[in-house]
Amino acid sequence: MFKSEKITKITLYASSALIVLVSAGIVLSLMNGSIPAFKEFGLKFIISNDWNPTEGKENYGALPFIAGTVITSFIAIIICLPLAFSTSLFIGEYYRGTRLAGIVGTMVDMLAGIPSIVYGLWGFYVLRPLIVDLGLSAQGYGIFTAGIILAIMIIPYATSISTEIIMMVSSELKEGAYSLGATRKDVIFSVIIPNARSGIFTSYILAFGRALGETMAVTMLIGNTNLIPRGLFDTGNTMASVIANQFGEADGLKLSALITIGLLLFVITGIINGIGKLIIKRM
Amino acid sequence: MVLLASCNNANSDKKSEGNESKAASITAAGATFPLPFYNLSFKNYTKGTGILLTYGGIGSGGGIRSLKDKVVDFGATDAFLNAEKEADMPAEIVHIPTCIGAVVIAFNLPGLEDLKLSNQNLEDIFMGLITNWDDSRLQTSNPGVSLPDIELTVVHRSDGSGTTYIFSDFMSKISTSWEAEVGRGKSLKWPVGLGAKGNPGVAGTIQQTKGSVGYIGSEFAFAQKISFAQVENSAGEFILPSLESISAAAKGDIPEDTKVMLTNSSDPEAYPISGFTWLILYKEQSYDGRSKVQAEETVKFLNWIIDRDAQALAQQVNYAPLPDKVVENARQILGEIVFKGEKLLLQ
Repeated sequence: MFKSEKITKITLYASSALIVLVSAGIVLSLMNGSIPAFKEFGLKFIISNDWNPTEGKENYGALPFIAGTVITSFIAIIICLPLAFSTSLFIGEYYRGTRLAGIVGTMVDMLAGIPSIVYGLWGFYVLRPLIVDLGLSAQGYGIFTAGIILAIMIIPYATSISTEIIMMVSSELKEGAYSLGATRKDVIFSVIIPNARSGIFTSYILAFGRALGETMAVTMLIGNTNLIPRGLFDTGNTMASVIANQFGEADGLKLSALITIGLLLFVITGIINGIGKLIIKRM
Repeated sequence: MVLLASCNNANSDKKSEGNESKAASITAAGATFPLPFYNLSFKNYTKGTGILLTYGGIGSGGGIRSLKDKVVDFGATDAFLNAEKEADMPAEIVHIPTCIGAVVIAFNLPGLEDLKLSNQNLEDIFMGLITNWDDSRLQTSNPGVSLPDIELTVVHRSDGSGTTYIFSDFMSKISTSWEAEVGRGKSLKWPVGLGAKGNPGVAGTIQQTKGSVGYIGSEFAFAQKISFAQVENSAGEFILPSLESISAAAKGDIPEDTKVMLTNSSDPEAYPISGFTWLILYKEQSYDGRSKVQAEETVKFLNWIIDRDAQALAQQVNYAPLPDKVVENARQILGEIVFKGEKLLLQ
């Protein structure tokens, strides 16, 4: 009895320690790999928009990728917001517990299970020609196209967390409101939203964090131009996408620059997720 | 039947020299440009000899890194290592050319299959000076052809690639402004256009986008239904890429170490955007406890891949074979590879 208790304890400790070691190892090796680029460019690495891998003219500025990442994620979250919000109210309040809500909920969860590359293919063969046909741009690539795909990809995350938060709002509060003659709309806007506000907000922050790191679908649709996008339909590139694209042939300073971008992405998503967790804790 | 030493690759130190009766398995990694050729020829060699060969298409940069880290028996690269990069390797290396590939200029213009592009056209297109197919400069190179009024979209590689290196090396030779502003490299700072990943990405984007133009590895383009342009060579002739015109690029003077870019060849029949691809390995094969048999098998394989049978395989997958003279050069280089100072290939 005592022995099995001990074994359990050791197993738990060991696997937890392993997780901590792996995360620390990743951070350390990222930091170690980024030293040459930081030594060479310092802060200019973040604020320069010149990315030139040509030998002799080597200069690495990550601003186009930081901008591309943030802009596409913002486009995604703006498109995602009304859709995810309505869907979560649909599942969590209006049709709560009904079969219809069950079906919609399952569909949303299914969206989360579709691999990134499939979204990319769909975007390439369906969404991109649509953008061309609408006359929005000549070739259909760009931050807008990438943003739409990202929005569809993050909707399940925002929706499922929001739904749970909305369902957590105490039924006594809602029944109280109804007994005072409130309509459903009144209950949603005066009881549910004020109570679930921070939770819903957190779900969007976490969804935003997902959008930042998304790689495959984005790289297939964004156009991979290493410049800061000048318009909604301009092409660009993101941090995750440039790493995926350029890593294979990179060496020396360029490799270090890519690792530094990885480190920056790690830090940015870490901060975003940290903010999300902090808000959840305060609830 | 040869016995296979299981799971031994170059970096396992366990391979003792007492193992000499057993044949080796050979590991290689690098360029993706010659990948179809290597996949086919490696498989055939394994079938014929029982020697297990594995090739990782991880890019030329990765191939060089893997050889530097001594985790492969040989690496593969589309751009030869310059003196500085060679000095960066832990020991002296040699380059063995294996076949000739080319880069084609593919385009998508509805109803149009023949297109001539002069050197000046290429400069103007890829520097972003021509933005519509209706441009008079394109019309001049294509008399009698009515070019449509369609926006021109340049498509380039988004990943680092030997294909890009060969293309940019050619562009640097024909255009001083390209050389000054963009230059040569496996990835570039593009003045214009959008990027797609790999030959399939660029080809797919061109096939899906009206008015697009981009460059694709010939081995990939030949296997696809895609239109590609006749490109002006240094003799002023417009040449369509084909195995013959690509092979013609290596007719000129080739240095003994074969380290030369074949782009813009002076031969009037040559397609101008052609290039060798190489395998690289250490001249002294005794390192990291490698067995002699491992070294012997490596050199034996390299001697086979430049020979007639393997070169025929190259043509099957749309690469131009090495001219006899270059095969002679390569064999010379192989002859210099030693194990503890002792030559491995007896001439």
